[in-house]
Amino acid sequence: MNFQLSDDQRAIKRTARDLLASRYRPETVRELADDERGFTDEQWLELAELGWPGVIVPEADGGLGLGAIELVVIQEEIGYALAPTPLLSTVSAALLLVAAGDQEQRSRWLPSLAAGETRGTVAVWDERSGWAPDGSELESVDGRLTGTKVAVADAASAEFVIVAGADARHSLVRSDDPGAEIAPERSLDPTRKFYTVKLSGACADQLRAGDGERITRAYATIVTAVAAENVGVAQRALEMAVAHAKDRKQFGRAIGSYQAVSHRCAQMLLEVEGARSLCYWAGWALDHDPAVAVRAASMAKAYASDAGFRVTAAALQVHGGIGFTWEHDLHFFLKRAKANGHAFGDGRWHRDRVAELSGI
Amino acid sequence: MDLTLSPSEQAFRDELRAWLEANHPGALPREEQGSFEFRRAWQRRLHDAGWAGISWPERYGGRGASLIEQAIFNEEIVRARTPQLANVLGLAMGGPTVIAHGTEEQRQRYLPPILSADEIWCQGFSEPESGSDLASLKTRATRSGDGWVITGQKVWTTYAQHAKWCMLLARTNPDAPRHQGLSYFLMDMEQEGVQVRPLRQITGEAEFNELFLEQARVPESNIIGGEGNGWAVAITTLMHERATLAFGLQVSVQIALQELVEHAERSPGSNGRAAAADPLVRQRLAQLMIEAEVLRLNAYRGLSATMQGGVPGPEGSLAKWHWSEVNQALTELAMDISGVRALAIEGDGVGDNNWTYRFLRARANSIEGGTTEILKNIVAERVLGLPRMR
Repeated sequence: MNFQLSDDQRAIKRTARDLLASRYRPETVRELADDERGFTDEQWLELAELGWPGVIVPEADGGLGLGAIELVVIQEEIGYALAPTPLLSTVSAALLLVAAGDQEQRSRWLPSLAAGETRGTVAVWDERSGWAPDGSELESVDGRLTGTKVAVADAASAEFVIVAGADARHSLVRSDDPGAEIAPERSLDPTRKFYTVKLSGACADQLRAGDGERITRAYATIVTAVAAENVGVAQRALEMAVAHAKDRKQFGRAIGSYQAVSHRCAQMLLEVEGARSLCYWAGWALDHDPAVAVRAASMAKAYASDAGFRVTAAALQVHGGIGFTWEHDLHFFLKRAKANGHAFGDGRWHRDRVAELSGI
Repeated sequence: MDLTLSPSEQAFRDELRAWLEANHPGALPREEQGSFEFRRAWQRRLHDAGWAGISWPERYGGRGASLIEQAIFNEEIVRARTPQLANVLGLAMGGPTVIAHGTEEQRQRYLPPILSADEIWCQGFSEPESGSDLASLKTRATRSGDGWVITGQKVWTTYAQHAKWCMLLARTNPDAPRHQGLSYFLMDMEQEGVQVRPLRQITGEAEFNELFLEQARVPESNIIGGEGNGWAVAITTLMHERATLAFGLQVSVQIALQELVEHAERSPGSNGRAAAADPLVRQRLAQLMIEAEVLRLNAYRGLSATMQGGVPGPEGSLAKWHWSEVNQALTELAMDISGVRALAIEGDGVGDNNWTYRFLRARANSIEGGTTEILKNIVAERVLGLPRMR
């Protein structure tokens, strides 16, 4: 029994923390928030050189072949740095290709995804499905898809979109397909770019080897990765709040000496650590204990979705008026946390899953 | 990371589990004195088989168990739904304090009867005017001949009615700074100067007592850790109370949660369906399952951090506070599911088969063993490094 990261995992965490801190300084994050594409080629290539797009892609498919726990570690640091990057979108697309692509589709896409030469993303949410990957009515007719998916992250900078269709059938649609219209959304979270993907008879390459269980596990990995990102976002917001509470003086003393403030900070810690414990557990279970992994992932996502928002909102309250300004960085954290909370199912959605998976 | 038990840890668990199954004493008698004697007998049986005080060094009757074995023990003993051990305060707090701060003579004298439950221990810390601010306590010990004479009042003294020894914190030097004027005594409860009065609580039962001390006598040899060092010794006791708690608590929540789910499935909700089918009930049940998992995982994380670094991680400080909130939320949901039937108190109104009782009992969870407010202060100051509250 050991709940500590291994030396290798700690090394990944350290590298990620240092690199991301130097590449995504607050002013850089701010520039990228204003930028239409949201990242530079240089930034992408650097992450690609570390192998991160293929972190969880099997070695046989050109990836690093590491586990969900390593993905959790990286994602936590991405959140901590609030890095605007299409990494999660590409990793998600890769996970679905690994779960459902046949050999031809795998060898066509996975090595270049893992190397960072290609980017992908995943489109789930439509009016009918919500976040249920098997709830869509999008039918592929003669290999062509019609319908509208919203909140598709990084679609414009991706070469293809994995689209969730009827009966959990997933298809690969190329972004430059004449039947695919990709329109930017004005999103709550400017540190990630979201798009509406409107398909009108778009050419769809259905992933041919998927079974329900493998696809379910791929989504469980994705939601764990999103949850882990929120752990990092919330951790950083907590640190900002604590630093401010030590520094800011009112009535002649640091506001952190008032219990109304210090107890709020303690509550933030409780929620950050709870979310972290669940994410590590879910990551570990995805790698080692598949029987509980899907339920663990939904637990992590439910908790981290709510905690992400609550902790960043509490940090804003601790900061007082300055935290409400555009000039202060805190609002980017709050927005990212809230948007992550909704991505791939919010707290309520995943609690419902937990109940269902618990036989209630 | 590896969240599985090693083969030797698993063997330890299996052996214990098998023993508990074979030796489970059955249901606790309802009547108070009989139930305590039943628990005393249960502890003796554990002790005879070498399962009492397992984390204590072997030379003092323990088996020098590792932290993880201690954790497994705490989990399994709750999972087996056995009665609480009679000498729980002696085992969890008194013994470890004597081991850490006592003389060799004191260890030889006091430790064996703690394990065998021949001598029950209670704890005399809190006073009517000194609760969270423990260091303000007023119970006064004055020197007299070759010992001490103690006068004052203690409160919330669990098992005082059964106890032979009281871990008593009293002021030996009123002129010293308040943390330095305290000493830690082992006081014999069987004497004229000690009066025990049961304190009836909101559940109707009397788990704890008021303690009135009027010229109670304690020999010099019964100070633990030396005169004036009572605060440091008391902190050891409190640390032990909190450190060993998390594993048993999280299992008790898991068990209560299973019972709650059954309760929700059996109880009517609206439209002729079970309460468990109500979306709001489902949401609250799922949230409790998630929180219960956090309790379990944090307990393990804290243990790993302690094993590796010698000090518990930040998650350890959260355990008792978080548990009290989860247990309160759990019993509140149970009451909501019961609906108007929650107003009827079943049977004698005591025990785990009764949600109304558990709901009432849970109100103490955020007070006993350190209030949530004090625990938040500790987290804010020691984990987050925020300035001390004044």
